[in-house]
Amino acid sequence: MNGCGLLNPFDCGKLPLASWVSEGLGWMVENYRPFFQTVKAPFDTVLQSLTNFMTTVPPTLVILVVMLLTWQLASWRLAAALVAILLFVGFIGVWPETMTTLSIVLTALIFSVAIGIPLGILSTRSELLYAILRPILDGMQTIPAFVYLVPVVMLFGIGNVPGVIVTVIFAVAPVIRLTYLGIRQVSEEVNEAMRAFGATDRQLLWKAQLPLALPTIMAGVNQTLMMSLSMVVIASMIAVGGLGQMVLRGIGRLDVGLASIGGLGIVALAIILDRITQALAQPRKRPGEIWEHGPAAALQHAIRLFRPSRVNARRLDRR
Amino acid sequence: MTNPVVQCSGIWKIFGNKAKQALHAIREQGLSKSDVLKQYGAVTAVADVSFSVREGEIFCIMGLSGSGKSTLIRHINRLVEPTDGEIIVAGRNVGALSNSQLRALRSTSVGMVFQNMALLPHRSVQDNVALSLELRGVGKAQRMDTAKEKLKLVGLEEWGTRFPDELSGGMKQRVGLARAMAADPEILLMDEPFSALDPLIRRQLQQQFLELSKVVRKTTVFITHDLDEAIRLGTHIAIMKDGRFVQVGTPEEIVTEPADEYVADFVKGISRLELVTARKIMRPIADCSTMAHHNGATVAATDKIGAVIELATHHSGDITVMDDNRPVGMISRRDLLLGIRG
Repeated sequence: MNGCGLLNPFDCGKLPLASWVSEGLGWMVENYRPFFQTVKAPFDTVLQSLTNFMTTVPPTLVILVVMLLTWQLASWRLAAALVAILLFVGFIGVWPETMTTLSIVLTALIFSVAIGIPLGILSTRSELLYAILRPILDGMQTIPAFVYLVPVVMLFGIGNVPGVIVTVIFAVAPVIRLTYLGIRQVSEEVNEAMRAFGATDRQLLWKAQLPLALPTIMAGVNQTLMMSLSMVVIASMIAVGGLGQMVLRGIGRLDVGLASIGGLGIVALAIILDRITQALAQPRKRPGEIWEHGPAAALQHAIRLFRPSRVNARRLDRR
Repeated sequence: MTNPVVQCSGIWKIFGNKAKQALHAIREQGLSKSDVLKQYGAVTAVADVSFSVREGEIFCIMGLSGSGKSTLIRHINRLVEPTDGEIIVAGRNVGALSNSQLRALRSTSVGMVFQNMALLPHRSVQDNVALSLELRGVGKAQRMDTAKEKLKLVGLEEWGTRFPDELSGGMKQRVGLARAMAADPEILLMDEPFSALDPLIRRQLQQQFLELSKVVRKTTVFITHDLDEAIRLGTHIAIMKDGRFVQVGTPEEIVTEPADEYVADFVKGISRLELVTARKIMRPIADCSTMAHHNGATVAATDKIGAVIELATHHSGDITVMDDNRPVGMISRRDLLLGIRG
């Protein structure tokens, strides 16, 4: 039955978009695979070294670093809470997977920031660039990740590195958007004052716009981290290891326990990364202020206590 | 006479995509401001303004909001590009400067103070003050010395290591002033610097600024919407309305000889006591014969009405006005009252 007519125009013919996409991708894979393999190289290097490092460092050292960092950036309360979470992760037996996932997420973060901040800065300089970028960013955030898993696998293969690439595609948008927003939010008066005193574009950026936009940019980094973590499970479908893999395997075997401890590991990582980046995003008045409390201050205090005692000792010797 | 340090001639600023065509139409067909807005979608901010400021002078541009005064002052350091016209600053044609020459002019020769202070919130007070020096690459030690010296000038030497949000509005604006003077510029541009402050602080800062400018003798272009302020500070005043100068003159000229209704309206509430000179209200005397009658009470021709009143409260009878030790006029009680009324 042919229903083609004015009232039913969709039966008249079909735009073969699906096959165009397949053929286009096939052509790309055939002709440009070496190119995509080269693109992969930097991701590979960073991920490899990071994974090697994270998986060989003794857990106690990792916990210690997280504790000191959190104490310095936020408070000892938060540091204690994060240590408890890390201990919990270790004792439910998902430490190695957690470190693998952390390496993947951190690699994705490094590339998101390296791509996102410059793009955000450039789009504040060129309205055209932002007009082009915006729909692409919208698309990257809304297209279901499953859709671009397949082309990524065809172009880059499977494993952790393509996993990082998928994660960057999914998670880079907030850094770009919030860098743009943060710089745009710098008041026109400040920009004008900088120019009135003879600032070059570069000085305007480094001495006024970036420092003032930093809390907003850090909020973008925080968002990117959270999105990366949510991508970890999906990316495990293309053989990305770590906690996502545990969840996926758990689902596949109806092993609720396995899925749960994988899921808890992801939640733990999310809490830790979120709190640390939020502490970083806290607007700070003076550059040195951050060292005025926490372990750094304690250390300085200890040194100060130690020194005069030596001076006193020498004085006593002289007597 | 000293040479003009700032000289603007025939400045036009029209905002909009078709600014050049709009300007052409205004010149050829004499379109009005509203016609230009209708036909070209362009806003005329400054219309054919010319003025010059001599060395050490405080040139006040007074106008209400929307009169184009803030746009005009930004032409002097080319924060705004004129649609037409020429600006000479310290002997240099500002419009012809390259980008790096323009930056050099801004960081060395022209300091600017803003209505909303525009201090950088993430930098300490001394780093704010030394901004122009830092931007042109002066070393840290020298920057800090200069910052300290300029902060002392505005009475804030104790506050160098604080941050802008720890300061009150008046203190912030003093930092703004110190920042503008850090590079020892020949010219100060002040865009309604005291407007955002409460009246008492404003008076104090005006006084401080007057004393300071007597010491440092900077050529100043001062924007204000307050005629009182303009009269208190200005060597010359320009009254601006709808992008044009309605009248330019000394404070006394503006008050005693307003060019039109608009200016007269502003001047109405202004106290003349410290402004109008004895010469202005006296009856001139041609011959010295009246000399005989004068009862010993004399004022100089350049004395203000206030001083004449002070004298009149102690002496009955007319007061003789002296110029170069010669009597040039008489002031009776009636003359005095007429002078005060204006």
